[in-house]
Amino acid sequence: MKTRAWVHAWLLLAPALVLLATFTHWPAFATFVDSFYSTPKGARAAVWVGLENYQTLWDDPVFWKAVRNNLIFAGATIPLSIGLALVMALWVNERITGRAFLRMAYFTPTVLPMIAVANIWLFFFTPQYGLLEQVLSLFGAKPHNWLGDPSTALACITVVAVWKEAGFFMIFYLAALQTLNPSLREAAAIEGASRWFFFRRVQWPLLMPTTLFVLVNAVINGFRMVDHVFILTRGGPDNATILLLYHLYEVGFKFWDTAYASAITVVLVAVLASVSLFQFFVLDKRVHYK
Amino acid sequence: MNEPTKLDTFAAWLLALLWILPLVYAVWTAFHAPEYSTRFALDAPLTLDNFRRAWEAAPFARYFVNTIALVTMILAVQLVLATLAAFAFARYDFRGKDIAFALVLVQLMIMPDILLVENYRTMAKLGLVDTLLAIGLPYFASAFAIFLLRQTFMGIPKELDEAARVEGANAMQILWRVYVPIARPVYTAFALVSVSYHWNNFLWPLIITNSVNARPLTVGLQVFSSVDQGVDWSVITAATLMTSGPLLIAFLLFQRQFVQSFMRAGIK
Repeated sequence: MKTRAWVHAWLLLAPALVLLATFTHWPAFATFVDSFYSTPKGARAAVWVGLENYQTLWDDPVFWKAVRNNLIFAGATIPLSIGLALVMALWVNERITGRAFLRMAYFTPTVLPMIAVANIWLFFFTPQYGLLEQVLSLFGAKPHNWLGDPSTALACITVVAVWKEAGFFMIFYLAALQTLNPSLREAAAIEGASRWFFFRRVQWPLLMPTTLFVLVNAVINGFRMVDHVFILTRGGPDNATILLLYHLYEVGFKFWDTAYASAITVVLVAVLASVSLFQFFVLDKRVHYK
Repeated sequence: MNEPTKLDTFAAWLLALLWILPLVYAVWTAFHAPEYSTRFALDAPLTLDNFRRAWEAAPFARYFVNTIALVTMILAVQLVLATLAAFAFARYDFRGKDIAFALVLVQLMIMPDILLVENYRTMAKLGLVDTLLAIGLPYFASAFAIFLLRQTFMGIPKELDEAARVEGANAMQILWRVYVPIARPVYTAFALVSVSYHWNNFLWPLIITNSVNARPLTVGLQVFSSVDQGVDWSVITAATLMTSGPLLIAFLLFQRQFVQSFMRAGIK
């Protein structure tokens, strides 16, 4: 009986585990191994090159540009989208006029394909006749090519990402706010606490697990979100908007330097895995959440 | 203290209008003749001509078929595999269970979205490049679905199993008749999240497809707007709305379910 249950369980697991092994575990391992070999070219097979790909990476100014851009992009997107999400959730949680409409307006960007909305934003940012330029010209601003100027292109990319994500994170805050005990609010009202005080001393601490959960997701997305770059700037102008995953795409699938691409993948995997491990071993231990 | 102030209401509305402004703008452009695409006049005549032109300019019908087939295939396989695996984790005691579960969770850390180079190589070896199957394969086993369902299954009282067993049901019948029906809301939640994720997915399909045969809408739209059209914004926005249309309409109709699903899926 005991052995039969054992066999039974593994049979149930087998299909999922085989697929996971083929398309997650094996490629992760193979990427790591390949990053120590050269890119096979024609009849020349891959040869062991030790750390050469990592040396290339270290000396590649585009890689460092991508790292820098990605840190700026993530560093701006994460706090802005989380902050806005929190404000949105606090509003929608109240009995505010047009609540259903507000919730819909905030959340809609989340369900749409990034590729599609990036097209809309491209139009929005278009020099001369895009909506942004039209509105700004009403205020007498000088014409400006927002996506074509290296000093503003990354900011545009960030704005689109924040716009796309804030509504998504709002949902988690809203869910958490709705589980808060209403008597807390009544007690605060009796005590004559201000709204700000109530938020800072009651809501914010109770929302901490949600904030951490959202934070982990935001960090991961900060390194994974590149679809809009394909439409808006293709990493340009002059690599001003190149992000790590986009650089990986260019190296691996435009220049077909798969060995170097493997080294970049290892870096990305290391970043994402450390975020998850941090969540698993540090945050989950400290914060109680179910 | 309970009521939002006027200032709150004003700011909330301002933000909401700002938030849907790009969409409103796109709708305006798509439904008006090109000469109105950047000029706003209330008496501008409405037209569906841009949609017709977009539809004729690229094989969108094929892209739609591809995307619908793709999301259906992925969802169906994900649900079956995850249900079986989650049941094993929730209701069986066996050696290596913890290790197996840890191996599943690895996928939450290292998503298929990142392992592009190796997965491309695997698909090339299998001769699957430029097929719908190749787009779907890396996503078939979803750690997230397994995790979600295991959680739900573990919350189902064991007495229900025993009652069913007394009636003579075997494990598969118990899974199908007891567990699956109880977990229905979780299935709906996962389904909505999965469908919108794969409807919108772009990078992997872009890499693994190279012809109309397997290209989903997102990739088709990118090819269309970057190569074919120059700067005909009316047609591009029409194509854009067309590709997100079904999802947008579904969302507007089933808003509550969408919001609840994303919520349920996020809070583990």
